[in-house]
Amino acid sequence: MQLSSEELAMLQGQNGRAVQKAMQILNALGVIYGAERMIPVVSVQISGVSYDNLGEAGLEFLDEMARGGGKARVLTTLNPAGMDIENWQTLGISEDFALNQQRVIQAFADMGVITTCSCTPYLFGNTPLFGEHIAWSESSAVAFANAVLGARTNREGGPSALAAALTGFTPEYGLHLDKNRQPSVHIHVEARLSESHHWGALGQAIGRRFETLKRKPIPYLTGVSSASLENLKSFCASVATYAGLAHFHIQGLTPEAAQYPPPAESFTITQTEIDETLASLSSAPADAPADFVSLGCPHLSLREIARIAELLKGKKVTREFWITTSRPVRQMADRMGYSAIIEASGAKFATDTCCVVAPIQRRFKVMATDSAKACYYAGAKNKFATRILPFDEVVLEATR
Amino acid sequence: MKLQGRSIFSGQVSGLALVSPANISFYGGVDPATGVIVEPGHPLEGQSIAGRILVFPTGKGSTVGSYTLYRLKRSSLAPLAVINAECETITAVGCIIAEIPCLDQVDLSQIHTGDQLTLNAGEGWVEISQKTA
Repeated sequence: MQLSSEELAMLQGQNGRAVQKAMQILNALGVIYGAERMIPVVSVQISGVSYDNLGEAGLEFLDEMARGGGKARVLTTLNPAGMDIENWQTLGISEDFALNQQRVIQAFADMGVITTCSCTPYLFGNTPLFGEHIAWSESSAVAFANAVLGARTNREGGPSALAAALTGFTPEYGLHLDKNRQPSVHIHVEARLSESHHWGALGQAIGRRFETLKRKPIPYLTGVSSASLENLKSFCASVATYAGLAHFHIQGLTPEAAQYPPPAESFTITQTEIDETLASLSSAPADAPADFVSLGCPHLSLREIARIAELLKGKKVTREFWITTSRPVRQMADRMGYSAIIEASGAKFATDTCCVVAPIQRRFKVMATDSAKACYYAGAKNKFATRILPFDEVVLEATR
Repeated sequence: MKLQGRSIFSGQVSGLALVSPANISFYGGVDPATGVIVEPGHPLEGQSIAGRILVFPTGKGSTVGSYTLYRLKRSSLAPLAVINAECETITAVGCIIAEIPCLDQVDLSQIHTGDQLTLNAGEGWVEISQKTA
């Protein structure tokens, strides 16, 4: 690692203790992964915000960094917290948890981090441009930034993303370099991907194939002619969760794809494989009713909330139904009158949080969702059985 | 015998080695309240890493695991130092934020549990001053 005089000063503690610790982290990562230098980043997204994941140890570290004078030098936003910051009581969050979660948010706020707690920062202004270097640490957003936006980020952890925020730098290795962004396997998709849950299933199907391959090559997808932002949001979450991918290309859709010919090594994912994957994502018996319904993994776009309002208008929900989204999108929904319609039905906004990071282990038995990623964490973390359905049918399930 | 390595976080310590042939996940695999390895089926399951020079191939698991090392240090239950074959993000960040000396690219086959080690992570070496019988 060759450090500039500015970076060296940071490492030697001339900008305070928090910046020194941050530069120690970045320097060590640069050494480990063979970076030659630091590069400036224009945007940071920090994961590890829910007190349920961080615990007391994580909170103490954040406090120490805040007390050590750490201040974000670039646009920095936060991942979902463990609760709706304004409306946690409605979601059955304990007062103890709420207090600790508030301390986490405060520590970040003290460091000048923008405390929108969301996994979709790209939907409300933390939206890097093509070719820009960033340091993001939400796996679904990392895939979206690299593949869909064409920005450049490694898959950071919470502390290394914070370190980038406090210094404005990241070591130049991995996906920051052209040579590591090339596709090396061609996946031809012969399946109808009309809805977001189909895209989620595609992500898991790729994950299964990669388990057999025993490696995680950057894929180049063909056979897909169109996708909505919401479809790609779902795919990024799933392919990051099940295949561990931080980048991919889709011919004719994603911005870097045209630079590359399809790689020679190839396989085909068929309709049968997508159907089988969807079936495996539903672990609940067919006759077991869902007692928990959740939409918004990743966080809902305004278009998705408008659709929920359209479907719920004049209806009552019959079970716990969480609408998970970011605060800025929620505020747009308020202005448009969607929120009032949704809340009149008895459905609950779980803004700033989601079913993956809220402290809801074992609270429900069967969860209905349209998200393949949510299915994974429902099983692994929360011990719920799952049912994956098309978006509209998830809403109908809540009113059945 | 003196083994060379690469400095990840500097510091000098002497202590007894605890060698794990398997990788370690600090999130879920080590109890942050006690320092005991709790991963079911792990070769060191039930053993405490507190106060030992912890030697293992590489880290695994969630990045939140870095905070486990930080928490252990705060309650004086952290390892004295960490030696890896190949250090990765979770262990490196954990050692840096907890200020635990850390060295990697060391030939771990030379070190055995119970060996008395002297380590200077800043200069990148570890010396086996007394081998276990």
